[in-house]
Amino acid sequence: MQLNITTDKKYIISGIIVLVFIVIVVKLFYIQVVDSSYKFSANNNVLRYITQYPARGLIYDRHGEMMVANQVVYDVLIIKNQVKPFDTLEFASMLGLTTDQVKDAFLQVKKQKGYSPRKSVVLLKQIADSSYAKLQEVLYKYHGFEVQPRTVRIYPRAVAGHLLGYVGEVDESVIKNRPYYQLGDYIGINGMEKQYEVELRGVKGVSIFMVDVHNRIKGSYEDGRYDSVARTGKALTCTIDLDLQEYGERLMVNKIGSIVAIEPKTGEVLAMVSSPTYDPTLLVGRDRANNFKMLQTDSLKPIFNRSIMALYPPGSTFKVVNALIGLEEGVVTPQTRYACYGGYTVGRGVGCHHHASPLDLSHSIASSCNTYYCHVFRNIVDNKKFGSIEDGFSNWKTQVESFGYGHALGIDLPNERKGIVPSVNFYNRYFRKGGWNSLTIISLSIGQGELAATPLQMANLVSTIANRGYYFTPHVVKSIEGQPAIDPKFTERHPSSVDASWYDYIIEGMDLAVNCAPGGGGTARIAAIPDIRICGKTGTSQNPHGADHSVFFAFAPKDDPKIAIAVYVENAGFGATWAAPIASLMIEKYLRDSITRPDLENYILQANLLNRRAKKK
Amino acid sequence: MQRRSKIVDNLDWTTIFIYILLVLMGWMNIYAAVYSEEHNSILDFSQRYGKQMVWIAFAFAIAITIMLSSSRLYVVFAYFIFGLVLALLLSTLVFGKVVNASKSWIQIGSFGLQPAEFAKFATALALAKLMGPYGFKLNTFTSYVKVGLIIALPAGIILLQNDTGSALVFGSFIFILYREGLPGWILVFLFFLVSLFILTLIFSSISIMVFLYVLTLFVFILQTRKYKDALRFTVALVGIGLLMYLVSELFDISIPRSYFFIFPVAAGVLIAGIYGFVSRFRPAYLWAAFLGVSVMYSLSADYVFQNVLDVHHQKRINDLLGIESDPLGWGYNVNQSKIAIGSGGIVGKGFLGGTQTKYNFVPEQSTDFIFCTVGEEWGFLGSTVVLGLFLYLLLRLIRIAERQREGFARIYGYGVVSILFFHIVVNVGMTVGIFPVIGIPLPFFSYGGSSLWAFTILLFILLKFDSDRFGH
Ligand SMILES: [Zn+2]
Repeated sequence: MQLNITTDKKYIISGIIVLVFIVIVVKLFYIQVVDSSYKFSANNNVLRYITQYPARGLIYDRHGEMMVANQVVYDVLIIKNQVKPFDTLEFASMLGLTTDQVKDAFLQVKKQKGYSPRKSVVLLKQIADSSYAKLQEVLYKYHGFEVQPRTVRIYPRAVAGHLLGYVGEVDESVIKNRPYYQLGDYIGINGMEKQYEVELRGVKGVSIFMVDVHNRIKGSYEDGRYDSVARTGKALTCTIDLDLQEYGERLMVNKIGSIVAIEPKTGEVLAMVSSPTYDPTLLVGRDRANNFKMLQTDSLKPIFNRSIMALYPPGSTFKVVNALIGLEEGVVTPQTRYACYGGYTVGRGVGCHHHASPLDLSHSIASSCNTYYCHVFRNIVDNKKFGSIEDGFSNWKTQVESFGYGHALGIDLPNERKGIVPSVNFYNRYFRKGGWNSLTIISLSIGQGELAATPLQMANLVSTIANRGYYFTPHVVKSIEGQPAIDPKFTERHPSSVDASWYDYIIEGMDLAVNCAPGGGGTARIAAIPDIRICGKTGTSQNPHGADHSVFFAFAPKDDPKIAIAVYVENAGFGATWAAPIASLMIEKYLRDSITRPDLENYILQANLLNRRAKKK
Repeated sequence: MQRRSKIVDNLDWTTIFIYILLVLMGWMNIYAAVYSEEHNSILDFSQRYGKQMVWIAFAFAIAITIMLSSSRLYVVFAYFIFGLVLALLLSTLVFGKVVNASKSWIQIGSFGLQPAEFAKFATALALAKLMGPYGFKLNTFTSYVKVGLIIALPAGIILLQNDTGSALVFGSFIFILYREGLPGWILVFLFFLVSLFILTLIFSSISIMVFLYVLTLFVFILQTRKYKDALRFTVALVGIGLLMYLVSELFDISIPRSYFFIFPVAAGVLIAGIYGFVSRFRPAYLWAAFLGVSVMYSLSADYVFQNVLDVHHQKRINDLLGIESDPLGWGYNVNQSKIAIGSGGIVGKGFLGGTQTKYNFVPEQSTDFIFCTVGEEWGFLGSTVVLGLFLYLLLRLIRIAERQREGFARIYGYGVVSILFFHIVVNVGMTVGIFPVIGIPLPFFSYGGSSLWAFTILLFILLKFDSDRFGH
């Protein structure tokens, strides 16, 4: 019995030992085979990924002149554990900072996401070249400091800020949704920088090193098998004419509004001015956040790209669309004449200014007769063949949309607005079904009412007229380095619903508006340039919030159009007064590269229309 | 000549082979752990692997010396050796050198010695000497006191040296006591107390009390089958608790919530105890006492943990139990150790291929955390092979101990098993994160002369007894 108990104990002790060993082996199995997170952590420990940041692609204008270039700046990085006490005052003065700023930077660094005292983290961003030169010489004295070159944008001529957009650091949501980006990377935030981000950014390279526990580099990982070389971003050639752009921005100084100029034959945007504009240099470098805040809080909204985001009533310029639809529908002929004695008197009525009467179609455009277009519009929507105002109106809407209205044109820039062409449903909801007719919506005849379009859509319309019936989607990139062609959607013709043959009557009217004899009723004679046949149309777009906007669109030369342009000047009154001379100067600048009318130029340059806005408030 | 060949024939060559294998594997892993491009000659004596070579040579010399000695020597001088080591431990306490916050080194010239390492085999010898004689029975109070003193004396001095890890090793002698007559329930009860201690740290005192009550009730019913009585009793106690709650609500007396549990349990213990005593119903007062003791133990465990244990022990235990996570602070060693081992995968990264090892991410990697190198470079397979060798060694040593005809040799043999088992399990357990970090070496593997020699002496004295077992 005694013997038995002791042998049992031998087995019990052996059993306990075996059991404990099994527990350890199971745990080993778990951490070595089942749970892969330790392998990840091990790589995290030992592998240091050093990103090689590529330079962003350059941007040139259509003539190959530099619009956006790069400048090298330096980020100062630290590894907190390796930093030894240093002369804060010397360090600060080298970088042009105060000691408090340096101390603050050290405090801020710990708040960074993913901060570790054993890894390099950015202490100071984008120090200037001159500071870097000083720092470089004494860097050996500062343990745990390193300097990493980055490139930031510079602008040889501080223009086209809206168009170019800007570059900034990626935020949390970008990092989450787009795996390419990591903390500290730059990304295009607006304009072309955003639209062509993938082309411009290039490809980051990475060098993988192995480091020891003190973060000392021990060698390259697997002999660099997984390293990759950074590839510089592709250069873009922009469709913009830099001189024209700069000139447009100068003309628009102290005015609110927009200029969009397009080459009709290609849809290439030659100039895109939104005023007030801003110096793109403000959104580069360490003060970017502050400057951005300043621009954002400015009441004139300088960051807002009016060219593609502002919605204005098209005003009288829209008469050409109604004229074209009327001709196409056969409800008016070039010879049709309507009398006008101060306005259209049916229904609520629409007033008109003094001009000769009656007028045919071309002259109605030249003189911008409101009455004429009330007739034309009602003929279109009340056409017996449709049977109802709803169907008549729908047909009109479809045709209007074929001119690029009511939908985004698809320009290669972010945030393009689509404008408004009201629908049958809209009026049914607004007035109730059956509660409206052609008289209720008569404002549409002269481009007022529920219509709204961006300056780009206006320029596109005049480009369609210049082409006698079709347009190319406006775009701002002419070519991309290393790519044989741009997106094919930019070389595809978009025909309007109106036959090409009808356009000549319209163009005739636009020609008369600018070039008729004195006293001939032309509304835009101020835009005429000797030896350049400009065809244009004025507009005064009623603005419910203040003084009317001055509108003008035109193309030139008449027989071989090279430029189509739309100009909006907010709260500036008659189109002829401000918008027409600006468009005219732009056309002359583009076609001739010199200005023959210095008085007109001065008149525009010196005009300050900002106070009109203030008065009206 | 006759004598020499008898020694060779009777030696347990399997154990010796495993010993040599482990020592060499250990050396290889130390080489990997401290390897660097600048120092790669294996005979570079400025490096730890070079020094370890010397320690190994000495260890082999020690082993051979022991084999050539007489095993009688150890029986005769057991107490003397024990006394000598105690004196050495005491002098360390006075003259010792402080390393890693513990005063456990004696510096002799450029050579440091850790007496605590040698105290283990000396204590095993003393225990064997005490318990070995045929007449000794582990059933009287004096016998327990004597055994307790032999274990507690060295352990206590080592504790005073602030070397908690080495002191805890002496707890492993419980296996000897168990083998030599200690009732099994004490082992179970000790296991229960340790588990309860851990549970107390993790769960609230209320849930621990409920758990203990249910456990006691369950065991009681299992033993007596009186489930109806137990149920009625429970209902009565719940009733007391509810009554207290109602009264406190009614008269708006604010009482800590735990009192609604403590009071009924205390009342239950009292009632069951008195009832059991009066009616001579043994299970009732036995289990009432058990419940009372464990509740008081669990309530005091928290206090002991917070007030008696050092902060770094608290932190290590909290880290282990997942109560507190601090991978860059207290948990750094274990976290890095798990990363190194875990990254080894199934087959490991190969000799000198361990990045965590090579670039020193795990602290103490050639000493206490040597198993990380095994795990990282040799993977799950290599780790299992090493653990398998250790397990085989332990089971073999149990067999050797059991085949001794003398009580002294058998008891000493179990001492060897206890010490090795504790070291292996606690050391590997800490590197994989199932034991708190206790700085004790992995036998035969870890860098260091003292520990290697002490383990060699420990093992080879047993082998000497084994080879002499037919001789006397
Ligand atoms: Zn009129």
